[in-house]
Amino acid sequence: MIEFSHVSKSFGEKNVLNDLTFRIEKGEIFTFIGPSGTGKTTILRLINVLELPTSGSILIDGKDTRVSERDKVALRRRMSVVFQKPAALRGNVFQNVALGLKFRNTQSEEIQRRVSEALGLVGLEGYAERKATTLSGGELQRVAIARALVTKPEILLLDEPTANLDPASTERIENLILSLSEKFGTTIILSTHDMVQGQRLATRIAVILNRTLGQVGDSHEIFYQPKNREVARMVGVDNIFEGTVVSNDAGLATIDINGTPVIATCSHLQGSRVTVYMRPEDIIFLVGKDGKSSARNELPGTITRVTPMGPNMKMKMDAGITLVAIITRRSYDELGLSKGASVYASFKASAIHVVKNEE
Amino acid sequence: MNEIVDGFIQAVELIVSLDPEVLEITARSLLISLAATAVAALIAIPIGGYIHFREFGGKRGLVTIIQTLYALPTVIAGLFVFLLLSRVGPLGFLGLLFTPWGMVIGQTVLVVPLLVGMTLIALSGVKKTIQDEVISLGATSSQTIWTIVKEARFAILGGVILGFGRAISEVGAAMIIGGNIRGYTRVLTTAIALETSMGNIAFSIALGIILLAIALLVTTALFLVQER
Repeated sequence: MIEFSHVSKSFGEKNVLNDLTFRIEKGEIFTFIGPSGTGKTTILRLINVLELPTSGSILIDGKDTRVSERDKVALRRRMSVVFQKPAALRGNVFQNVALGLKFRNTQSEEIQRRVSEALGLVGLEGYAERKATTLSGGELQRVAIARALVTKPEILLLDEPTANLDPASTERIENLILSLSEKFGTTIILSTHDMVQGQRLATRIAVILNRTLGQVGDSHEIFYQPKNREVARMVGVDNIFEGTVVSNDAGLATIDINGTPVIATCSHLQGSRVTVYMRPEDIIFLVGKDGKSSARNELPGTITRVTPMGPNMKMKMDAGITLVAIITRRSYDELGLSKGASVYASFKASAIHVVKNEE
Repeated sequence: MNEIVDGFIQAVELIVSLDPEVLEITARSLLISLAATAVAALIAIPIGGYIHFREFGGKRGLVTIIQTLYALPTVIAGLFVFLLLSRVGPLGFLGLLFTPWGMVIGQTVLVVPLLVGMTLIALSGVKKTIQDEVISLGATSSQTIWTIVKEARFAILGGVILGFGRAISEVGAAMIIGGNIRGYTRVLTTAIALETSMGNIAFSIALGIILLAIALLVTTALFLVQER
């Protein structure tokens, strides 16, 4: 439905997007993740035809977005945008939400009906008469979402839609996004810096790094099989090591990482230089070696650092190589762990993603 | 000293007793300046909108010229329109010299630059994000311009009120173009100038008080609008 082909965008001297090529299919929830200032907003603006690419082309249903002003308006009327920092126009909430319908010359009873429906969807019943410029950030965000939904867009563009929202509103908006996609087949394109949100919502994820596309794929591919070091770092794969395959027995390889042997499933042949990736959540700690485990790896070592992270604990462990692991705070307490404790780090051969280094 | 006090007392009497000549001059002043402001608004707001929303060469220079014209001396505007409307001038055939219509034209010339400038300031006070929002909601170019102008309406109205203040308080153009003809083109400012020189202090003070009262009203209105 939307096709970027070698798209670059510069504002004056400043290049903000460089050589992007990807396709967004109809009915998908397509998420851009990446650090702020990497051009995610510009991508959404390009799709909304608020900007044109400096080079390359963007096709919507096969048609280039470099068209007359009139045709741009027609394209825009098929979509809606919720900007990261939505703007309130003078007047009340009702008038703000009704704006898109007014531009489309919708009849006033229909406007009345659809605006109250949209306000209901975002949980702002009874807000119609409120002055829009006096709303809080979260309320305005929801007004902006209602304003975007009221025109029943085929394509919904959301720029960090829940950045200003409390957890309850965030959940509500996420459920709304999922139900729009299910009920109406709306193509939803969103940008977020929240990995977990990307994982919860997206059919496919694009990682934007250094003004270009790092990787496109489903959430398993992005989070467990990162293509390179930069993508891995971005999506929270904290264990990244360079190593050499010392043997490979029918897909079960032993990889030497600075003298520490690690067993991983991969097809790379003996002697290959590889990079291995492992998520910190995939490491299990054992205190003492009791019983047998199906996990192929069990490395002894000591905990060198403990960082609390909400309900979890993030730990660094020296096991010849420095591993990063995340376990729940409850396990941490029950195992009686602390800095300096001796433990075994256990992980499955299949938890490791191995990528052959390019020569 | 007594003369001035007496003048004041008589002036108040003239106003309180609703002296027909005072009323007539006041009404004419208001009508001419309101008409000039209205015409100026109809010309200046679209021009301001055009300058704001279109990119063209020399835009900066044009804006600078407009800003310079804020301080256009009223007698020069008067002279310019006088030459246009005089019998040998290009618009002489209209016969508008020494008529209220001629005065409306003169004051319009004075107010337009100020109002274009105020419109530009008002429109650039509307955030770029609002314009993006409006465009992305599917507005056509004319819907966009209209919505942004509406968004700036209070600031623009402030400019209109300021323009009216300039029109009603000027004396140069009214005198040169109108000629201060009693019962026809005599307005508050020209009447004050004449009556004072004729020693008719009470009458001048009465008109002066009225003019000040109008100025006060205008300022109050401006303040209220800007409070919005």
